[in-house]
Order: sequence, then C-alpha cells, then structure tokens
Amino acid sequence: MIGSRKEVNIIATGTANLAAVAASFRRVGADASVSRDADEIERCERAVIPGVGTFAAARAALDDRIAAALVRRIEAGRPTLCICLGLHLLCESSAESPGVEGLSIIPRTIERFNHGARVPQMGWNRVCPEDGVRYVPESGFAYFANSYRLADVPSGWNVVWAEHGARFVAAAERGSVLACQFHPELSGAFGRRIIQRWLEDESC
Amino acid sequence: MLTVRVIPCLDVDAGRVVKGVRFAGLEDRGDPTELATAYDAQGADELVFLDVSATPEGRETAAPTVERLRANVSIPITVGGGVRAAADARRLLESGADKVALNTAAVERPELLGDLASRFGTQCTVIAIDAAACDRPACPSGYEVVTRSGACRTGLDAARWATRAEGEGAGEVLLTGFDRDGTRAGYDLGLIAAIRRAVDLPIVASGGASTPEHMAEAVAAGADAVLAASIFHEREWTVGDVKQRLAALGVEVRR
Repeated sequence: MIGSRKEVNIIATGTANLAAVAASFRRVGADASVSRDADEIERCERAVIPGVGTFAAARAALDDRIAAALVRRIEAGRPTLCICLGLHLLCESSAESPGVEGLSIIPRTIERFNHGARVPQMGWNRVCPEDGVRYVPESGFAYFANSYRLADVPSGWNVVWAEHGARFVAAAERGSVLACQFHPELSGAFGRRIIQRWLEDESC
Repeated sequence: MLTVRVIPCLDVDAGRVVKGVRFAGLEDRGDPTELATAYDAQGADELVFLDVSATPEGRETAAPTVERLRANVSIPITVGGGVRAAADARRLLESGADKVALNTAAVERPELLGDLASRFGTQCTVIAIDAAACDRPACPSGYEVVTRSGACRTGLDAARWATRAEGEGAGEVLLTGFDRDGTRAGYDLGLIAAIRRAVDLPIVASGGASTPEHMAEAVAAGADAVLAASIFHEREWTVGDVKQRLAALGVEVRR
C-alpha cells in the first residue's frame, strides 16, 4: 500500500450496485476496485460483498473458490463488509430463493418481513446498536431496501437493531467483519461515518 | 419505523434539468449534479432522475449524467425515462442508479417488470404510473393510466394496473397525478388513496406539490414518500425547511 491510501476490493456479484459502493469509498479517499479473482479476494486487505439483486443470483455469481475464500476471511474476522444481500449470503438459506445454499457462516435462515409491515421496506429507519458495536456505535437513520431480513444472530456477533413490524438485525459485527442489512453507501453522512470507521480500523 | 421520504425530482433533457407543466413547455432549471449535491446536503432522502430527453442524442447523455450524480451524492437515486428493456436498466444501474423506473414500456409489456425484478431484485424495480382522472366505466378507480408523457390515454384503470404491476414484481410505485403536474395545486389525493387501496407497495406521491402542507396531505392519503421539483429548483423551499415544517405538522422525517 502506498502512503495511507486504503484499498478496497469489491466482489463482483453480477447484479450489485457496484458504482454506488465504489463511489462511497472514493468519497472517503479510498481506492476501490472490482474483483472476481478468488486469490485476490483471499489476500486483499479489505473486501466488500455488495448488496443488490436476489439471493439466488448473487450466490450463483460466487464460484466455489470465491465462496471458500470469503468463508475463510470471515471466519478469521478479517476486514470484510457485507451489504444487504451480502449479509443474507452469510446465512444458510433465504426464503427469497428456497433450495439455494448460502455461505452458512451464520446458522440462520433469512425470512420475509411479516407482522403487517410494508414490503419492501424502502427508506430510512432508525438503527440502535447494542453495547460493544464498534463500527455503528451511534443510533441514527440508515437507508434500507429489502423484503427479507434476519431475525437474530448467534452469540459472538454484536448487533445493531431496527424495527419494521418487529425487531430485526440491522447490522452484525464480529472481529473486523461488518454485515449491514442497510446500505451504508446510500445512508448519507451517517453511512459515510460507518464506512470511514471500518476503513480506518487497524485493530486486525 | 420508516420515516417519510422527501424526494427532489430532476427532470433531465440532454444533460440539463428542466421543468414544465403537464410534461410540456420545458424550461431550463440548472445543472443536475449541482442541484443533486445541494439537495443531498440539505437532507434529501433520495433523488429521482427522469430522463425526459426529446431526442436520441439527448438520451445518450443520461448514463454519463447518472455517473456524475453517483460520484457526488450519498443517497439513493432512482432513474426513469426511456427504459425499454433489461439492457437499458442494467446500463443505468452500472452507471450508479439504485432503482430503475419503468413506465410506458411496462404498460406495453408488463412481463418486463418481472424480468427486471428477477435479475436485479424487487426493491430495484419501480413502476412509474402517470394517471389522469377518467369517468369512463372501464376505469372504476376514477383514474386511467396515461403513457408517452401524457400523449396516450390508455383507458387502463390505474388501480388495476398498480395491482398487476405489484404481481409482476414491482417494488415501489412512483405515482404522478398528470392533471396536477407542475400546477402547484397540491397532489391528486384521490389518486393516492385509490392506489393505496389497491397495493401494499411503498407509494411515492408526485405531481402538484408547492407546500409542505400538500406533502402532509399526501402522507395522510397513503403516500410513503413525497416528490417535488419546482419548489426546490426555484429555491422557494430547501429540503431542510420542508422537513422542519413536516415535523411540525406531525409527519415523521429523518433529520
């Protein structure tokens, strides 16, 4: 790395809003490149799984080597940011695409919103971190665009909560892995601060 | 709980923001990137970019203009106007759009909505409905869909079409009251209520706003978001002032 300029590898999941994710990193002075190379995804300092598309389409875009590289870095707690669908991919499966297997790092199933809430959830919702959350330490408004959600996470993950009909996981952290249901790249100044914290964290 | 979104709309012709009345008599209102950056800073929750280019040459400028917006703004961008096929949608998404709005093409080929939703996701697929009052029996909701920027009265019932679009895979309705567009007379509240009864999707109300009171009325009628153009372009209101007034009127907004 030259100087203090951070580098980020965004994984090409085929359907994602790569331009928005890349732009959000460039606005905070990082170099963002798009990658489909398993070795690069394994080695790179910071990886991003972006988040627009469907569970099946995004999973299909990750071949076995890329999937294995992601599992290794996330299990090791290396800096990895998973956005929206990126969070869903960490789980075992999703009601959005029955029969499709996720990366199964989080032993949970993604389910559709219920409890009479408007679907898709589209817009700005208040998110509230539990104690110990490092990258989203403050409450604030974040931008969501999703029909499916994670209801809870196993111990070992620090959680940021939000409500839409009922409580759901707005973000989960473990080591230097941050998985957000919301879109930090579209969440204005609040999202920008999250991206900066994750980018500038040197603890791992 | 979701807040009510306030959404400035950029009608763009050949790379410039324009504004007219009922989609006609367009006048220049400025540079899209400058306006978008200002609205983001004022607290806009989202932007809608509608390509209203009259010529194919003008239309070619849409994707590069979206790219410039994307580099500068940190809020979602919905892009519509001239989207005829999944390839058009992909090009706009790759340029930095977060959602793509279909209008005339979806009326002509409703399956296009499903095509986009299965590739890019429902939350990415917006159905833009322009509707005008109609008292014919074929339109029990009292509103018919108009296409081709108002030139074509389809006779299609607006509420029935919204229901169909939801079934095909649309994730949001961008609902413009054609009779009110650019008139400053307030949103067509009957139209919003009719579509609210028809679908569970988020509804973005458009067409006719000139005050925050109009926006609060739209929310009461069933809108989840309120869109306006002239009042922001002509600097009658900043987005921040609108939100402050909405909050005073009891509408939950992000501030």
